[in-house]
Amino acid sequence: MIRDSIGDRLFTAFIYVFLTLLAFSTFYPFWNSIVISFNTGMDTSKGGITFWPREFTLENYKIVFEDSRLMNGFMIAALRTVIGTISAILATSIFAYGMSKRELMGRKYYMIMCIVTMYFGGGLIPTYMLIKGLGLFNSFWVFIIPALISVWNMIIFRTFFQGLPQGLEESAKIDGCGNWGTFFRIVLPLSGPVIATLALFTAIAHWNEWFVASIYITNENLLPIQTVLRQILFSNIASEQISNLDAGALARLNAAKTITSKSLTMATIMVATLPIVCVYPFLQKYFVKGVLVGSLKE
Amino acid sequence: MAKASAVPETGSGLNLDKPRKSTFKRFISQIDIQLMVLPALALVFVFSYIPMYGLLISFQDYKMGSNLLNNDWVGFKHFIYFFNSPEFYPVMRNTIVISFLKFMFGFPAPIILALMLNEVRKMVFKRVIQTVTYLPHFLSWVVIGSMVTSMLSVDNGSVNMLLEKIKLINEPINFLSMTEYFWSILVTTNVWKEIGFGSIVYLAAIAGIDPHLYEAASMDGASRFKQMYLITLPSIMPVVIIFMILAIGSLLNAGFEDILILASNPALREVSDSLDVYVVRIGIDNYRYSYATAIGLFKSIVSVTLLTFANFVARRSGNSLW
Repeated sequence: MIRDSIGDRLFTAFIYVFLTLLAFSTFYPFWNSIVISFNTGMDTSKGGITFWPREFTLENYKIVFEDSRLMNGFMIAALRTVIGTISAILATSIFAYGMSKRELMGRKYYMIMCIVTMYFGGGLIPTYMLIKGLGLFNSFWVFIIPALISVWNMIIFRTFFQGLPQGLEESAKIDGCGNWGTFFRIVLPLSGPVIATLALFTAIAHWNEWFVASIYITNENLLPIQTVLRQILFSNIASEQISNLDAGALARLNAAKTITSKSLTMATIMVATLPIVCVYPFLQKYFVKGVLVGSLKE
Repeated sequence: MAKASAVPETGSGLNLDKPRKSTFKRFISQIDIQLMVLPALALVFVFSYIPMYGLLISFQDYKMGSNLLNNDWVGFKHFIYFFNSPEFYPVMRNTIVISFLKFMFGFPAPIILALMLNEVRKMVFKRVIQTVTYLPHFLSWVVIGSMVTSMLSVDNGSVNMLLEKIKLINEPINFLSMTEYFWSILVTTNVWKEIGFGSIVYLAAIAGIDPHLYEAASMDGASRFKQMYLITLPSIMPVVIIFMILAIGSLLNAGFEDILILASNPALREVSDSLDVYVVRIGIDNYRYSYATAIGLFKSIVSVTLLTFANFVARRSGNSLW
């Protein structure tokens, strides 16, 4: 083995220090948020909370779990994630299986029709008018139906299906399976990894999505937690700005509405992030695959 | 959509050995696979193509609730109005500057991280760094925005606390309401969020490099830095170039969610309004549908042009993706 020279060792040391700092700068905001969420709100407002809670409490989480608006948001987000992911993966994979058939008439035109949408779209306002026109305004289905078909995921599925051994499908046909039967009994069970990858990424996107609800939903009971959190963040910033201006305005604001304390906000963030942290280990397993196919998308 | 033309094709004599079934009969015989794709295509049509038809309102004075074809046609009025409006310059400037800054810092950062991770020989350390730096990619902008707001808060945010402790400032700075800091905050947050995830693709490229190259180089006395510079970097260059070319195509995508979240303070508008964000405010908040659609269409057209150009360059360089 060749010994490292001094230059090499300095180089390596620099890299270790740099990466440690980078990891720290990524980790610290999370850790600080967790710490603040376990600290009493009154104490947090005195400042100086960094690595460890000063006055430990579970009160913030208790409030979050008792807040019907937040819990409702959590349920809506969970519901849309589960329904949205299952339906989208099912619809897109069926679509992709059909598109993977060489004998499909009009396949080329269908494909062109799909690819065009990856480059060009109507944009925000025409889509907004369409959603309104379809009566999806203030409906739970606005989260699900427009997201059913993802052209990008269809292409990934299709590529995967085309790579499956032809013999399998032929033998299924000989045994009397139609195309639908072959799809559900042979093809889907063989597609575990690609389904897992796309389902995880779809689920994360559903869970994290907040903009759709912010423009199409005015009914408080249908807001997913990320959108509720956005409103909280918004009012926090507004109150901070006002507190900089004058004390009178602050007092009026205090009277008008209860300012959500920082500790409470952090507890909410943690609750909104928990599901992601739970699937994170599984996610990591599929990272590289997902990224390698996903990188082509950009 | 359903292109089931019922006109039977009379085998025109070209296909003598195999009498062709009529198009309609062939369609019926494969109705099961057609039924797999047609409902999905109907959805694509509704949610992607009908909005394209809706773009027509950018050439009209659209009144809410009216039929699209009954409005007055006004030609390019809204486009011209936008080009001459006082908002045009700041919005275009913000869009281009922000996306340029994101490219300048956000593009090389994951490459540098991947190169550094590649030098780490302690696998546990490498895994820890990767696990930590990948995580922010999977969190929503709302969560990230809340954390950033908390970190930068005047009210005992960690950043202000640190700066006060090392005596760089005497009074806490309200970072998120001052125009001069916004671009830096936006770009830093973006780089911070995506650096880890972005490095995966480069790490995969690095993993494909022949280890003999390094062996030979170190035999010849090349230092670790030289190996990185002369072997690793050139080996992943093709991937780097593809991504760089593709970045041209997204020149007008200055960002949307991140700006909406981080620029919640209206005082920041003059530096934070990108084309996309401006469309939201004009269209959704101010109900000026035709005007907002025109701005959106302008952006789409420029973007498609850039994307086509990028794709063309990619093809020419032999790195085509399509």
